[in-house]
Amino acid sequence: MRRATEPAASGPARGADAAADAPAVPVPVPGARTGASAGPGAGPAKRSRGGSPGRPSRPGGTGASAGRARRGSGGWTPWLYLAPALVVLAGLLVYPIYQLGLISFLEYTQAQVSGGEPTTFQGLGNYAALFGDGEFWRVLLATVLFAAACVVSTLAVGCALAVLLTRVRAVPRLALVLAALGAWATPAITGSTVWLFLFDPDFGPVNRVLGLGDHSWTYGRFSAFALVLLEVVWCSFPFVMVTVYAGIRAVPSEVLEAAALDGASQWRVWRSVLAPMLRPILVVVTLQSVIWDFKIFTQIYVMTNGGGIAQQNLVLNVYAYQKAFASSEYSLGSAIGVVMLLILLAVTLVYLRLLRRQGEEL
Amino acid sequence: MSTPSAPTSPGPSVPPVPVRAARPARRFVRRPWRLAAEASALIVAVVVAFPLYWMVLSAFKPAGEIESSEPRPWTLSPSLDSFRRVFQQEEFGRYFVNSVVVAVSVVVVSALIAFLAATAVTRFRFRFRTTLLIMFLAAQMVPVEALAIPLFFLMRDFGQLNTLGSLILPHIAFSLPFAIWMLRGFVKAVPEALEEAAYIDGASRARFLWQILFPLVFPGLVATSVFSFISAWNDFLFAKSFIISDTSQSTLPMALLVFYKPDDTDWGGVMAASTVMTVPVLVFFVLVQRRLVSGLGGAVKD
Repeated sequence: MRRATEPAASGPARGADAAADAPAVPVPVPGARTGASAGPGAGPAKRSRGGSPGRPSRPGGTGASAGRARRGSGGWTPWLYLAPALVVLAGLLVYPIYQLGLISFLEYTQAQVSGGEPTTFQGLGNYAALFGDGEFWRVLLATVLFAAACVVSTLAVGCALAVLLTRVRAVPRLALVLAALGAWATPAITGSTVWLFLFDPDFGPVNRVLGLGDHSWTYGRFSAFALVLLEVVWCSFPFVMVTVYAGIRAVPSEVLEAAALDGASQWRVWRSVLAPMLRPILVVVTLQSVIWDFKIFTQIYVMTNGGGIAQQNLVLNVYAYQKAFASSEYSLGSAIGVVMLLILLAVTLVYLRLLRRQGEEL
Repeated sequence: MSTPSAPTSPGPSVPPVPVRAARPARRFVRRPWRLAAEASALIVAVVVAFPLYWMVLSAFKPAGEIESSEPRPWTLSPSLDSFRRVFQQEEFGRYFVNSVVVAVSVVVVSALIAFLAATAVTRFRFRFRTTLLIMFLAAQMVPVEALAIPLFFLMRDFGQLNTLGSLILPHIAFSLPFAIWMLRGFVKAVPEALEEAAYIDGASRARFLWQILFPLVFPGLVATSVFSFISAWNDFLFAKSFIISDTSQSTLPMALLVFYKPDDTDWGGVMAASTVMTVPVLVFFVLVQRRLVSGLGGAVKD
């Protein structure tokens, strides 16, 4: 992780000092520019420049931590610094999670909320009801497939464009990067309304251009999902593109030169040099995408108007919301929330394992 | 990204050094291929930018042109009617202010808290440090949406429903784990030697923290803030669930949806409101984009 992503920081800084730096240090000396050179403005970008090209093999990271360990624990000071964060997280994250679990075991509907009836413990009753409901499985399947489609498309588009970025000169690159930044910055809700308008059966330009007449994209189940998918890919590929591009740029040019001198073909360079070096970055962007796309709420809610015709476009998040806030079945909504939490927890564990395997030093 | 200006143009500015004669493989791109690549990059850029262009264009189109069955990608008679409709809507200005208040409070409070926490986990060694870090990482995965239900009851019990507090508090909590994670890189980048020098010169811990470390980490704080700003500014679920009866406390997403009705949407109004909502984020993004990318590197890094 460290080695390949660290340069991600150095990507942008490179433009500034690459010209001055590269010829002077054909074989960079590890640590030649570390430490003291990390001035106020340059921050992490500068620092990692020094470190990364020097260590193409495995990230060390021991040097820095040894220094820190020497300076001891500081007694209660770290806990004092951590206190506000821990208080906020305990109150607004941990406690709600506990509550979520608790409510999912109770009978909790409008009657209990208003105090009309006492809350009763249901054991696994809510889960039994949920798992016995065919709609839940249908929604779960749709969520998984939809998230998978989003992740695959986002990664494919993001990586392809990242490679494209390395092949073009400054002006087209700037154009593409600026456009991508715009898409990245667009709030989910405005992105949803704009895409809906683009594909509007009456006034949208897309149907005109494609000659589809007044075909409604949100009417069919698959075309509605496809429309949301387009919007999701549009607003989330920039993260992948920018990160992977920074990763490619940060591969030390000496490595590529060596490969070229040894007579490696372009394809061979990709397969045997770049791909392994980019693997850590790809792991991160993949898992981030999985986590984001599994939790999509706003796009589905706005674009399919709360889950689509006859609930055909529900995903777990929207399903939980509808159960809880539209039909006041708070306990069922919470049970769905717990299921989501467990699925994402599993993803997180995979993530942590992969980080560990890459020799991450926390 | 300011990168585009320099890197791949091998440039005459680089003095010819024998060792560099063999350029990296990725620069061996033959001319026709490069032209094809550049053309496709430009086409993709146009496609990607098109929705935003269409949004702004539609916001300025007069009503007749928006609701026309022959939409044209330009307008000869731009009008401010849609914006006028948006701003004349009962309390749009108020919604805008509410959104700003929520976003700014979240940004400032979470930045300060995250700065302290990031300092603790990077500058000190203590028991449970690694455990805490793993928990911060895991906390980023928690589906915020699933917690809407318990948070709803929590806010109700504290009498915060229908107040901006019910939007601010959860977003502070949800933006903290990522902010701490991302700030670590920036705090780490400040050399240890500086800290030792400060103590040798007789600075107290607090003085080092606020007068030396804080200004040095500030650019990183700004980059981190983009994410808390966006999550608070874009918030749709909490605004929809927690602000139920007092619409004077609503935020922009709700105001936008006023124009949006499944059968009779005022597209001009929606596009104008969307433009108003998107522009501040775009501006923020452009201002900090350089830090943003280096910060992402830092967050992803370690």
